[in-house]
Amino acid sequence: MDALETFRQEVREWLEANCPESQRKPASREEQVWAGRNQTFPSADAKLWFERMRDKGWTVPDWPKEYGGGGLNDAEAKILKDEMKRLGCRTPLLDIGIWMLGPALLEYGNEAQKQEHIPKIARGEIRWCQGYSEPGAGSDLASLQCKAEDKGDHFLVNGTKIWTTNADKSDWIFCLVRTDPNVKKQEGISFLLIDMESEGVSASPIELISGESEFCQTFFDNVKVPKENLVGELNKGWSVAKALLKHERKLMSEQETPAGTQITPVQAALDYVGTDANGKVANAALRDQLVRHEMKYRALGLTHFRSFEEKMSGAGEGNIPMIMKYVGTECTKEREETLIAMLGTQGLGWEGEGFNQDETLATRGWLFSKALSIAGGSSEVQLNIIAKRVLGLPD
Amino acid sequence: MPLVLNEEQRLLKDTAKEFLGSSAPVEALRKLRDEKNEIGYDKALWQQMAELGWAGIVLPEDYDGLDFGFMGLGAIIEESGRTLTASPLFSTVVLGASAILLGGSDEQKQSLLPSVASGEKTLTLAVDEYAHHNPAAIALSAKAQGENFVLTGKKVCVVDGHTADHIVVAARTSGTTGSTDGISLFIVDGDAEGLTRTRRWMADSRAVAELNFDKVSGQLLGELDKGWDILDPVLDRGRICLAAEMLGGTQEIFKRTVDYLKEREQFGVKIGSFQALKHRAAHMFTEIELAKSVVLDAFTAIDEGRADLGQMASFAKATVNDLYYLVSNEAVQMHGGIGVTDELEIGFFLKRSRMAIQLLGDSGFHRDRYASLSGY
Repeated sequence: MDALETFRQEVREWLEANCPESQRKPASREEQVWAGRNQTFPSADAKLWFERMRDKGWTVPDWPKEYGGGGLNDAEAKILKDEMKRLGCRTPLLDIGIWMLGPALLEYGNEAQKQEHIPKIARGEIRWCQGYSEPGAGSDLASLQCKAEDKGDHFLVNGTKIWTTNADKSDWIFCLVRTDPNVKKQEGISFLLIDMESEGVSASPIELISGESEFCQTFFDNVKVPKENLVGELNKGWSVAKALLKHERKLMSEQETPAGTQITPVQAALDYVGTDANGKVANAALRDQLVRHEMKYRALGLTHFRSFEEKMSGAGEGNIPMIMKYVGTECTKEREETLIAMLGTQGLGWEGEGFNQDETLATRGWLFSKALSIAGGSSEVQLNIIAKRVLGLPD
Repeated sequence: MPLVLNEEQRLLKDTAKEFLGSSAPVEALRKLRDEKNEIGYDKALWQQMAELGWAGIVLPEDYDGLDFGFMGLGAIIEESGRTLTASPLFSTVVLGASAILLGGSDEQKQSLLPSVASGEKTLTLAVDEYAHHNPAAIALSAKAQGENFVLTGKKVCVVDGHTADHIVVAARTSGTTGSTDGISLFIVDGDAEGLTRTRRWMADSRAVAELNFDKVSGQLLGELDKGWDILDPVLDRGRICLAAEMLGGTQEIFKRTVDYLKEREQFGVKIGSFQALKHRAAHMFTEIELAKSVVLDAFTAIDEGRADLGQMASFAKATVNDLYYLVSNEAVQMHGGIGVTDELEIGFFLKRSRMAIQLLGDSGFHRDRYASLSGY
């Protein structure tokens, strides 16, 4: 047995022994464990599972051990992911710090910043949010105006950020700020870490079409930020931002049904449309819509896998990561559309009697999914990037 | 399930690319078309391909083959799709030889497969009887007569059917049209008495034939009435290999189109700078990448003998049908006026795409089949 197989065996046994039974099915929104200064747990099992994973460093399996990570290589991390999936283990800790800031900080942060922030992310002690977009800077992110003025021993930040996910529940925010208004727009941006408890920071939730308010607008009114919170060089924040966006896009390309609906489109078709004498979904047009989507969904899964294999073997052109944000989010939107089409009017229930939880989650999930191809670089921006960087088409 | 080629397979692909690019480019097909070549391919070219080992690439070593696997054959076929190379590789190796290999007795295999591997004999498979692929609808009848059977009926769109030395014919020996029970396979000699073979001239300039059987003698291949158990996996191999050819053609015209967007100027700028074209090109690129993963997994399903072969074949064929359709239409449109001229080779790909879409099942056929195999 080779080393990886031995590792797989060990992981499997450890998970079997340490993942509480209740943590082996998908978590509803209320059952999720998020990071935070005042972290709370939905249950004793969730806490136990989080602590066991944290102590192994497996909240961030592929981060270096010295910063509280698991120190796993790509192949080992993939094995852990596969084995967790096989057993149905929940992600023990959710945080934007894990998905986005951490990897960028490992690449661009100085040693003091890594020592200060990364172990806290790994241990779930700080909940992070992201301050990128502004009311006037969406797809044209580089035109952002929230400014940080050099005041000698600190920066003075004034302006606003929008679509700051869960800002009202977060402890720190990583922000793109304008530090030089007199140069080409990409060249006057810096990357700052700001404690949300600083004086002058406030966040207010925005209600979305799904009825949820995950996104906020965050305001900075004469906020003093220590100089050591600048990541990378002054006015070089755009490169940090781009590196971080890659992580965000990867994350979004892998995102499953956002609202955690348990019912699949196929099951919905069988249950809500019904079947004919041959066991076929009784409505031919819906059946065709379903199978088209199922193929696209499966092709996406295979492409994720191919990307991993290409990376491991060094073969292929390495272009797949560039397309996954676009195809992943478009496919998720299509999945939500397919699901509510199969559910019929039961997939459009809003609240109250007459709908089970899966049905209303499908409604909300469908509406929420519309944001996926807008946030983190819209589909149109993604296509521009593919056209330029992969196909080499001229500006 | 490997979704990348190994080093040997990559080398084979490079060899195929080089050989086909120099010996059998699209111009060669144009020449066959213009001279109204009755055979439909260049026999000398096929001999060279056999010498490269391609005719026996998936055959076991016992029958003088290389036992290299379908993933390798798929790499060659994908390259042949880029050049639209006309050859009996598909009819003989993918369809005919697979049928003999999966269904034949030792004697049948010994008598036919080594001569396939050497390039001496060509084979094909005759299934469809009307304008749409529908193997369950086989009606051509075969009746026992002494030790042999006699076949009566008609087959259409038989790839290389007018030139193949031997034809594997799917016939009905019992049951009713539409039933997969009661189908049997037979080996029929190309020059058998009572067999009339007529080349049909199709838009894609490749060779297919109509075959009329009037009490033609055939030798049973496999078990009586159980032909479906062989035919189905043989067709699946055919569908997956055809998908590889189509994927090759798609990538070729996509490349040519992107190149054209970078060079053609209108309104004083390269037309590739227009977002209306960029987005469509980028979208096509993403569809191609998704389809590649599907086709590679389908080949793995053949080589690993996976139980979901039928599903994968329908998945791959439906996916690539839609892809080739999209990209061939866009290739013509994005080339503008020159895109509809015979001088530009894009038209050859457009024509081939539609023929390949029809062969062994259009997207409707395969989506229906995939859904049924998936339990809905």
